[in-house]
Amino acid sequence: MTENPFPLSRDDLLKAYRIMRTIREFEERLHIDFAKGDIPGFVHLYAGEEASAAGIMMHLKDNDRIASTHRGHGHCIAKGVDVHEMMAEIYGRSTGACRGKGGSMHIADLSKGMMGANGILGAGAPLVCGAALAAKVRGDGGVGISFVGDGASNQGTFLESLNLAAVWNLPAIFVVENNGYAESTARDWAVAVDSYIDRASGFGLPGVTVDGTDFFAVYEAAGEIIRRAREGGGPALLECNMVRFYGHFEGDAQTYRAKGEVEAIRASRDCIKIFAERVIEAGVIPRAELEAIDRQVLDLIEDAVRAARGAPLPAPAELLTDVYVAY
Amino acid sequence: MARKISMKQAINEALDLEMTRDPTVIVMGEDIVGGTGSPGEDDAWGGVLGVTKGLHAKHGDRLMDTPLSESAYIGAAIGAATCGLRPVAELMFIDFMGVCFDQIFNQAAKFRYMFGGKAETPVVIRAMVGAGFRAAAQHSQMLTPIFTHIPGVKVVCPSNAYDAKGLLIQSIRDNDPVIFCEHKNLYGLECDVPAESYAIPFGEANVLRDGDDVTIVSYGLTVHRAMEAAEALAKEKVEAEVIDLRTLSPIDWDTVIDSVERTGRLVVVDEAHPRCSIASDVAAFVGQNAFGALKAGVQMVTAPHVPVPFSPVLEDLYIPNAAAIADAARRTLAPTGTSPRSIAA
Amino acid sequence: MHTERIKPIVMPKWGLSMSEGKITGWLKQPGSTVNVGDDLLEVETDKITNVVEAGDAGTLRRVLAEPGNVYPVKSLIAVLADPDVPDAEVDAFVAGFAVPKGDDEEGGEESSPQYLFADTPAGTLRYAKRGDGNRTVLLVHGFGGDLDNWLFNIDALAEKATVYALDLPGHGQSTKAIADPSLAGLSAALRGFMDTVGIGSAHLVGHSMGGAVSMQTALDAPDRVDSLALIASAGLGREINHAYIQGFVAATGRRDLKPVLEQLFADTGLVSRQLVEDLLKYKRLDGVDGALRALSGALFTNGEQARVLAADVAGTGKPTLVVWGQEDRIIPAAHATALGSGSRTEVIPNAGHMVQMEAAGTVNALLKEHIGK
Ligand SMILES: Cc1ncc(C[n+]2csc(CCOP(=O)(O)OP(=O)(O)O)c2C)c(N)n1
Ligand SMILES: [Mg+2]
Repeated sequence: MTENPFPLSRDDLLKAYRIMRTIREFEERLHIDFAKGDIPGFVHLYAGEEASAAGIMMHLKDNDRIASTHRGHGHCIAKGVDVHEMMAEIYGRSTGACRGKGGSMHIADLSKGMMGANGILGAGAPLVCGAALAAKVRGDGGVGISFVGDGASNQGTFLESLNLAAVWNLPAIFVVENNGYAESTARDWAVAVDSYIDRASGFGLPGVTVDGTDFFAVYEAAGEIIRRAREGGGPALLECNMVRFYGHFEGDAQTYRAKGEVEAIRASRDCIKIFAERVIEAGVIPRAELEAIDRQVLDLIEDAVRAARGAPLPAPAELLTDVYVAY
Repeated sequence: MARKISMKQAINEALDLEMTRDPTVIVMGEDIVGGTGSPGEDDAWGGVLGVTKGLHAKHGDRLMDTPLSESAYIGAAIGAATCGLRPVAELMFIDFMGVCFDQIFNQAAKFRYMFGGKAETPVVIRAMVGAGFRAAAQHSQMLTPIFTHIPGVKVVCPSNAYDAKGLLIQSIRDNDPVIFCEHKNLYGLECDVPAESYAIPFGEANVLRDGDDVTIVSYGLTVHRAMEAAEALAKEKVEAEVIDLRTLSPIDWDTVIDSVERTGRLVVVDEAHPRCSIASDVAAFVGQNAFGALKAGVQMVTAPHVPVPFSPVLEDLYIPNAAAIADAARRTLAPTGTSPRSIAA
Repeated sequence: MHTERIKPIVMPKWGLSMSEGKITGWLKQPGSTVNVGDDLLEVETDKITNVVEAGDAGTLRRVLAEPGNVYPVKSLIAVLADPDVPDAEVDAFVAGFAVPKGDDEEGGEESSPQYLFADTPAGTLRYAKRGDGNRTVLLVHGFGGDLDNWLFNIDALAEKATVYALDLPGHGQSTKAIADPSLAGLSAALRGFMDTVGIGSAHLVGHSMGGAVSMQTALDAPDRVDSLALIASAGLGREINHAYIQGFVAATGRRDLKPVLEQLFADTGLVSRQLVEDLLKYKRLDGVDGALRALSGALFTNGEQARVLAADVAGTGKPTLVVWGQEDRIIPAAHATALGSGSRTEVIPNAGHMVQMEAAGTVNALLKEHIGK
């Protein structure tokens, strides 16, 4: 076996691969089952964007907090939320991560530091300022990471949070997952500046832009920013340029995209393929080992779907519980 | 000429007719054109559920996509309204009001009063309301009571395509800020709608069914549940009068009171939560102004005091249904003292 | 097909849009003897409630439709038969009764559309056409009305004639703009309509303002008018209930419109919620308010009718029938005699301004006789 040229151990490379494969498999399975009519509600898939979640979350522990978006499955999986509970939640079952009360757009597991997917764009950024403030007060070296899309990066809540985090010097990190679109509207039209680095510097914090389909680029940039924040260096903005493999949500005809666009990005910008080729080519991990992971992930997702379908629905009395701690 | 069209088409048609009639009418919102700046088709979405589809081709830049910045563009619509335009801003889901509420309740709602009657703010804010879409807690709320509470904004919530068209045209022509609430589960419902323009005045409830035994008051989607309940009650020889409020602010108290004075019994159905709701508002008004006419306690049928759940089994329990409405009507007819306390409170 | 001895009573079809009716009550009990013209039952449509008169005689052997229930047009609701017809035969008739295929069914014998539209010099005018008899009848509604004002008449008249009913400009579903809101202008619009649909001349049946328009037409183009039937007609005297006109124009909601409409009928109970709602739907259309104000300004100035045509019309020598409801609260029944002895005059008791609706059977019989002459 050749020497490992990567900044991660062999085990961590396998772990990162497993995370990305799990996200991809999870989303592709939802894509199929949604089309069959098995899944209720809005479902926004993260497929194509896995390197961002994995590259960042590889640096985090349970006491680090993240606030996710409406496109939250990838963040959940990378942050360690149980895949069975996630699937059950999406199926509206009582065994779901939120007992079936939240659904795809609201999966959360606070014990894992996952503060929730969010149906309100930009809502996570202020919350993460709070998480970062709490970490700072506790003094445990924890960080808070807020994810926003390129679209949501235009929300006042997001922009105000950049300033607040800078003024309070919070261990807060703002990740802009730029996939080029907010629903059907182009990022290049809706965001007036060309570079998020400019936007960050306008608020007095450092900004970094990386190719979000390159796991290693994300991993290294995030590592630096997170280390700095843990050490009291303050907030930063990380832009991951990435691609969305499916529609905005399931059922989107995507006629706003260019002809052949999806095929092209799948061929040339598939972050998992890029990762696999790199580690195989470097001779660090043989293809067969990755394929073994693929099969395990496939089994895991299959089992999660089977379990979710067989799981009990919430009892009627559940409608009225969990509104308050005490009332 | 009347033909059957859906509520979605009726809203599209109202916008089209008013944009054609009045060049000061502009329409803005996220993805209401859909595809701005994107490499594919123009007008790719026409709104998240396609309500504004086709309008961009006809009206060009008077239909505008916005960045994802509700505070800014809702505020801009309000500001433009004070400066001679008649903007219609779409907020997609009413739940997103949370992001831009200041512009609505501290700005738009207050200008006229604060400025001593000197301002007019003819803005319309369209938004989808209501549960049943499996869209969970942040995309399913019926926030009508919150807006109704605020002096200075008008609140409209049609139950059918005919009303939607006439009320939206009235909303655009109206010189006050209007929150126009569209129940997403009514978009596909069709009825006879004239092709011509027409405006339905605010504060005029619609009586959908005559009856002398009990009055059922509602608005939006639950009007249809109330009608189902009335049909069930008719089989028991109980004739319910069904009133669709159509506009919640202003509200047609006269029609409600007239009916209750005849029936002596009132059921108010509201998809919002029970506390400080349209239901409690109507119940209180009738209690204060027609107490002598009441033969039984007013019954409220509302969503429970909980957020909208995701799981379909729970969401179906959440929305007031025909059986609950009929039961409430039966309680008003039962000897007094037998009505159980509603679980909702 | 039914035998001579057993006769079905079916849900009537009144007018063009009725598809079902609700039985509000039977006025004859099972077993009672029924003569032609007797009031049998009351039926409520989404527009109005009316009495169904017996078209055949016999004993009411079966009452199949219950009060409070809704039945489709042409469905069997009762059976008349002679007393000596055995019960078994009556039951067999009921069991074997098939609703005749009619104009509602696609491919039925009269699958013509309910409403038609004609592009005329006065704009697009909606109309209906029924029957195919030799004589041509043209029904002209009044101020604020539309062709559905003839819903109890059009099919009865169509048994022997080709009947047209139109929405005048500014009314119903016709173009709302009225180029010339005078009687001459409306008459020109009417003649433009006749040109467009190919009516050379017709028996004009006019109600209220439509009566005045018909008279004007007889004066301006006598060769287009075979006869006149004037129902509660304007143009025969000065008086008119101007408060009604003003109230009708001004009303914007159910609560102010209903009491106005009640003045149209002797039996105010006929003003159903749906009738009010349908009129509100019309009044809300862009352009209607302007049209009604223009008309009332031109035709009913200073609280009275602007033009009285009685003397001129009497001079034309056209066969003329004048019908009035005795309790007309819009235009006094006293105007019925304005044309003198040259016309036939009938004043019908217990009916108001909408006499062609309230006493449809009587009015239809008078009209058939008048047109048939
Ligand atoms: C406050 C708010 N406004 C609008 C929406 C509707 N909405 C949901 S996702 C979306 C587009 C988001 O685009 P982006 O932030 O780029 O994220 P992406 O979907 O591309 O991951 C919009 C407009 C919302 N959920 N919340
Ligand atoms: Mg995006």
